[in-house]
Amino acid sequence: MRTVLALAGVVIKELYRRKDFYVLFVLTALITLVLGAVKFFNDEHIVRYLKEICLLLIWVSALVIAIVTTARQIPAERENRTIFPLLAKPVSRAQVIAGKFAGCWLACALVLAVFYIFFVVISGSREHEWPILNYFQAMWLQWMMLGVVIAFVMFGSVIFAAPSSNTTISFILVIGILFIGRHLGEVALRQTEPVRSIAYTLYFLIPHLEWFDVRERVAFHQNLIPWSACGLASLYAACYSAFLLWAAWLVFRRKPLNV
Amino acid sequence: MSNRLAILVLVFLAGAWFSLATMLQPRVASFSQSGQDNALKVLLGDGRKIFAQHFFVKADIYFHSGYYPSIFYQGEREAGHMSGHEDHDQGHNHEEEADFLGKPKDWIDRFGRNFMITEHTHLENGNEREILPWLKLSAELDPQKIETYIVASFWLANHLKKPAEAEQFLREGLRANPDSYEILFSLGRIYYESNHETARARNVWELALRRWNEQQQANKKPDKLVLEEIVVNLARLEENEKHYDRAIAYLEVARQLSPAPEAIQKQIDDLRQKLGATATTNSTSPL
Repeated sequence: MRTVLALAGVVIKELYRRKDFYVLFVLTALITLVLGAVKFFNDEHIVRYLKEICLLLIWVSALVIAIVTTARQIPAERENRTIFPLLAKPVSRAQVIAGKFAGCWLACALVLAVFYIFFVVISGSREHEWPILNYFQAMWLQWMMLGVVIAFVMFGSVIFAAPSSNTTISFILVIGILFIGRHLGEVALRQTEPVRSIAYTLYFLIPHLEWFDVRERVAFHQNLIPWSACGLASLYAACYSAFLLWAAWLVFRRKPLNV
Repeated sequence: MSNRLAILVLVFLAGAWFSLATMLQPRVASFSQSGQDNALKVLLGDGRKIFAQHFFVKADIYFHSGYYPSIFYQGEREAGHMSGHEDHDQGHNHEEEADFLGKPKDWIDRFGRNFMITEHTHLENGNEREILPWLKLSAELDPQKIETYIVASFWLANHLKKPAEAEQFLREGLRANPDSYEILFSLGRIYYESNHETARARNVWELALRRWNEQQQANKKPDKLVLEEIVVNLARLEENEKHYDRAIAYLEVARQLSPAPEAIQKQIDDLRQKLGATATTNSTSPL
C-alpha cells in the first residue's frame, strides 16, 4: 500500500507541476465571470444559466485533465525508460497500475475540489442559497465517474501504441456514452434483429456514465438524490474500475517494456 | 544577413501589410452586408438560425425545470404553453405528453431515473426569469424569429412585472421586423394592460389589424388566432371606453373566428342592451 501511495504522490506532484490544470481553471473562471457580469433585462437574480455553463466547463475540464494525465503515465515511463528503475525497486507491475490509477484519481479529486469551491462561491453569491449537500453529491458522483474513465484510459494505455490515439478514442467513447448511453436501450428496441440484440447487449455492457451526470439536478434546484442510490452508483463505478484495472494488469504483466 | 538588411526587410514587410490592410479593409466591410452585422452573423451566416432555435428550445427546457424529452423521445412539440397561449384542452394534452418517459424498461432505466429530473413542473414565483437569457441569445442570433420577442415580452410584462423591459425588447423586435402584426399586438397589450395607455394601445392594435389585413387577408390559410386576439382586445378596449358600437363591430369579426361563437354572441347582445334597446348600430366592419 505504501508503494502504491508513493507512486500516487508522484502523479499528484506531476499534476501541479504541469500547466494543464491552471490553464483550464483560469479559462473556466474567466468564462464564468464574464458570463456572470452580463445582465439580462436588468435582472440580477438570473443564475441558472450561469450554473449550467459553469458545471459544463467543470465537466469538460475534469475530463480533459483525467484523460490526458492518465493517458501519458505508462507510455511516458516507457519512453523515458524510467519504468526499469521503477520496477527494479522492487515494485510489481500490479503496483504500478494501482499507483498510477490512485494518483490520477486523487489528482482529479483535488481538481474537482478547487473547481467546486469556485462554483459554490459563484452560485452562492448570485442566488444566496447554499445547497452544499447537493453540490457534494454532484462532485462525489463526478469523481466516481472519473474513476471509471481513468481505469478505462489506463487500460487503453497498455493496449494502444501512442497516448494520442488512446486519448482520442477515450474521449469519443466517454462523450458517446454520456450522450447516448441512457437512450441506447430505447433505440435498440426499435431495431430489427440482429441489430436489436447487439445494441441491447451493448446497452448492458457499457458503463452508464450518464448516471453520474447530475448537473441538471443541481442547476434546476432538485431535491437530494437518495443516498442509497448514490452508494449503489459508487459501487457500480468501483466494480467497473476494478474490472478495467484488472484487465489492464493482465495485459501489462506480460507486455515487453522496450519501446 | 547583416542586422541592417534584416531591419530593412522588417520595415518592408511592415509597409506591405499596412498597405494590404488599407486595401482590404473596405472590401471586408462590404462582406458584412453594409457593415451593420454583428460578429455572430458574420461568423455563423444562416447557420445561426439553427442555434437560435436551439436556444429557444433551451428556454422551454428551463421553463420545465429540465424535464424535457430528448431527441429520442421527441415528436411534434409545440412551444405554445411557454408563450401563455395554451387553452384548457391543449393544457390537458400537455400533461399527457409530459409523461414521455413512461414506465422504466429495465433495471438500468429504473435506477438511472434516480439521477434524472423525472417530475414535470413549470417555473413560477418569479423564477420564470431563468428562461430570459436563452431568449435574448436566440433573438441575437435570429432577429427575424418573432416568437422569441413575443414569449420574452409575455413573461417580462405579465409575470416579472417589467413592462419597460418588455416594451424595449419588443421595440428591438419591431426594428428587425417592422411589419410584424404579432409584435404590434404584444406591444399594444403592454400599453393597455401594464401602462394603462388606452390611446396608444388602440393605435398600435389598429396598426396591427392593418398589417394583418395587408399580409394575411389574401392568404389561403390566414393566421386567424392572432386576428381573433387583436379584435377581441380592441373590443374590450372600446367597451371599457364606452364605445359600444365599435366594440360590437370588433366582436362581430371575433364571432366568425371564435371556436365558441355563442359566447361572443352573448357579449354582443349584452353590448346592444347597453347601447339601448332602440338604438341601432350603424358600425361597419373594421376589416
